[in-house]
Amino acid sequence: MYDWIIDVLFWVAVVFLVAVYVSWRATRLDRLHVRVETARAALDAALVRRAAAALELAASRLLDPAASLVLATAAHEARTADADNREFAESDLSRALRAVVDQPEFVGTLTADGAGEGAAMLDELSSSAAKVAYARRFYNDAVAQARIARRKPLIRILPLAGRAPLPDFFEIDDDPPGI
Amino acid sequence: MKIGRMKIGIVCPYTWNVPGGVQQHIGDLAEALIAHGHDVSVMTPADDDARLPPYVVSAGRAVPVPYNGSVARLAFGFRSAGRVRRWIREGGFDVLHVHEPAAPSLGLLACWAADGPIVGTFHASYVRSRALSVMSPVLSSALEKITGRIAVSEAARTSLVEHLGGDAVLIPNGVATERYAMAEPLPGWPGRAASAEADPSVPRGDGGALGFLGRMDEPRKGLDVLLRAFEILGRRRPGLRLLIAGPGDADDVTARVSPELRDRVVVLGLVSEEDKVRAYHSVDVFVAPNLGGESFGIVLAEAMSAGAPILASDIEAFERVLRGGRAGALFPAGDHEALAAAAGELLDDPARRKQLSAEARAAVRAYDWSAVARDVLRVYETVTLGGAGVVESGLGA
Repeated sequence: MYDWIIDVLFWVAVVFLVAVYVSWRATRLDRLHVRVETARAALDAALVRRAAAALELAASRLLDPAASLVLATAAHEARTADADNREFAESDLSRALRAVVDQPEFVGTLTADGAGEGAAMLDELSSSAAKVAYARRFYNDAVAQARIARRKPLIRILPLAGRAPLPDFFEIDDDPPGI
Repeated sequence: MKIGRMKIGIVCPYTWNVPGGVQQHIGDLAEALIAHGHDVSVMTPADDDARLPPYVVSAGRAVPVPYNGSVARLAFGFRSAGRVRRWIREGGFDVLHVHEPAAPSLGLLACWAADGPIVGTFHASYVRSRALSVMSPVLSSALEKITGRIAVSEAARTSLVEHLGGDAVLIPNGVATERYAMAEPLPGWPGRAASAEADPSVPRGDGGALGFLGRMDEPRKGLDVLLRAFEILGRRRPGLRLLIAGPGDADDVTARVSPELRDRVVVLGLVSEEDKVRAYHSVDVFVAPNLGGESFGIVLAEAMSAGAPILASDIEAFERVLRGGRAGALFPAGDHEALAAAAGELLDDPARRKQLSAEARAAVRAYDWSAVARDVLRVYETVTLGGAGVVESGLGA
């Protein structure tokens, strides 16, 4: 007699559970997208900071003019590159930094002057170069997970990702100089 | 842009007062971070009567449960979850640092209960268990919140990438160098301080002493190479002794030594942490004859911290740690004759031993906990750049 009530209740429960599940998945995906954006902001900040440290060293008059010019040019290129050339320019800055800093006696000479100016600059450079490597790992980690999530069938069928673009990896040579 | 004092919340998954690698790591890291001037609070399972350092907050007792083929002591359930939640809410942390977050213990609960900058350190390398894949959505929704992942070894990183995808930065364990710096030699051993009294129960030689520490039954640790070298050296130098410590069967080792040399080979077997430090201080030359497979060589780093003059095989990891031979002499891996020759030279040259000892102490500083803490702080600074701290997460998120 009241069979239809049971049926209705059953389907209401099913719809409710599906809705909860889909909303949970959407929340997770949204969190991943936020994570990608935060990580990207941190990566950009780290790259800016590294270029600033390189420029500061180049302008310090502690280096020979040739090394100064190499560093300043690479740092400037990295700062002004457009989106397509960004990865190449940042890799070039990594290589320029290694070429300058890994010269024999470089660190010793720079830290030898009593004032500690050179030591402070090297400290900043080493810290900012390490943070570029960390920030890039964390960003690519977030991108990888967001991309895995976007490939899941549910996410592809339902428009849970909204209009968020599929994030891209950031691939550069970020080996830090040996300070 | 020097950042000021950070409020750091660290979560330990295993019982604090039970000795273990993860607990030790967290204690050393926390102390190094505090020495750098930061505010650290560690939440961990602990027994009720355990004496805890001031920076440690107990989450209650962990329960022994079968997990992944062995019995592990883990903290879970509503009570633990509630305590973690309250700690996060009241802590006001700038960054949350969760250790071994994939273990079903406090780390996972903390990821579940928090939003904001979360750093996760993965210690173990594990094979994929069935439970891990069954629970995968639950596990991954918590692990997805980790914004910066750290692996302590290349093996841990590989297994992390395989099972969970993504990537991690590598920051190896530190060495608590000052824990090894000073110790009395073991009784009956001259040591480098030459202060120990002779003990008649131990055969005393004046021809110097070689030392080895590591698993005695693991071929790759290279004890065999050293024993064969001792067959040559021991005959040439009547007073020379060999001190061996580490897990494994002592009788089995003695049986591999010629009868006439046996009384000069002292096998201690597994020793306490304190005796291990004393062993490093008891020998004239510490030998690391490993044949490979070492990624770093924690034993080598400990011996360096103790200032032991080192003679090591020239495998890549050792060459790097010993700075290409400046902080310790090298010999071709597996070559017992070269080992015997090099050890003989070192035993005859106190000035060179003294120099190696000083260089080793200087070189090992790069692996000290203070250097590790500096790298971990850089990770914290990278993930906290947005400025928002850790907040309690809504239920069910």
